[in-house]
Amino acid sequence: MCEPVDTEPHALTDFDREVDALRQVLSLKGLMTVDELRRGIEAIPEDAYHQLSYYRRWIRSITDTLLRKGVVTEAELRTGLERG
Amino acid sequence: MMAFGPGASVRVKDDWPETRGPCHIRTPHYLRGMRGQVVRRLGEFANPEDLAFGRPAQRRALYHVAFEQPGVWHDGRAGDALLVEIFEHWLEPA
Amino acid sequence: MNILETDGEKLLIALRGLLAEKGIASSAELAERIAITDRASPGQGARMVARAWVDPDFRALMLEDGTRAAEAMGIPMRGAPPLGVLENTPDTHNLVVCTLCSCYPRAVLGYPPFWYKSAAYRARGVRDPRGLIAEWGTVLPDGVHIQVVDSTADFRWMVLPMRPAGTAAWNEERLASIVREGDMIGVTVPAAI
Repeated sequence: MCEPVDTEPHALTDFDREVDALRQVLSLKGLMTVDELRRGIEAIPEDAYHQLSYYRRWIRSITDTLLRKGVVTEAELRTGLERG
Repeated sequence: MMAFGPGASVRVKDDWPETRGPCHIRTPHYLRGMRGQVVRRLGEFANPEDLAFGRPAQRRALYHVAFEQPGVWHDGRAGDALLVEIFEHWLEPA
Repeated sequence: MNILETDGEKLLIALRGLLAEKGIASSAELAERIAITDRASPGQGARMVARAWVDPDFRALMLEDGTRAAEAMGIPMRGAPPLGVLENTPDTHNLVVCTLCSCYPRAVLGYPPFWYKSAAYRARGVRDPRGLIAEWGTVLPDGVHIQVVDSTADFRWMVLPMRPAGTAAWNEERLASIVREGDMIGVTVPAAI
């Protein structure tokens, strides 16, 4: 944590932009607040937290929140993942 | 809940809700129990501690509070400061 | 396996499909948000700073109500968090950080830089601001104090840097051209190049 900062710019990937946009749309539709996003990120176990990149933490939190709120069900999501 | 005017001496509550169960707190750990001075009232905003869990959230007064660096960190430099948004329910008169 | 441990790219694809089916988030809506978000950039903030440097009334507005000042420059702020502006003075230098996550004035400046979101920046910003800005080669003159602003709640903060010496005859466009992203966060100060 208290280590040198990588001051280089790092371009956002398409994945990054899409996750960011998804959070914005969910917020605009009143389905998820930035506070819920933060809570979901804070709930990520420490090991996983450090292994995940910034936007991978976001998609994990978004998934967690949408499941908790019943916007999507786990069954639906598993089916969607199998379809791939 | 009491209101604080600019210049009021305040203390951030030395409370640790994290030890009592799942929560979402926007008052940084490094400020718990620390003394500071209110700079100004920033307005009223819905309590993030409830928004984070999808619960109905009351609007609470938000203050900009200044803290001296040496009071917060052992090696803080005199004259340097921290300026942090703190909700009213985390502040008590000092 | 805990479904949350699924690879993020797979989760995104599956969620996009589900949310589109449910009429919650279509590909078109996502594409629109990406396009809108891409329009914000440090250049917008630079224009605000340059305007504040030449126009004392705008400067006062920017410090009093950052959101209205941004709107006055044609920057869309509807639905955005309130914008707060902190002015650097000859005795105080401001540095913005979000120790708790990565709060950033996105509506004005666009996506936050990679380093702003890093654990190292977030940890060191409040504890060792001078050591941190030294990573950018920034050394403050003796007698200048640092005020570290931790964005913990609803406001998003940007810095109004001081106008460098040697720019008295410059127009707004030229002034804006020397204001960089880092100057508006506080890791650097503008120079008359």
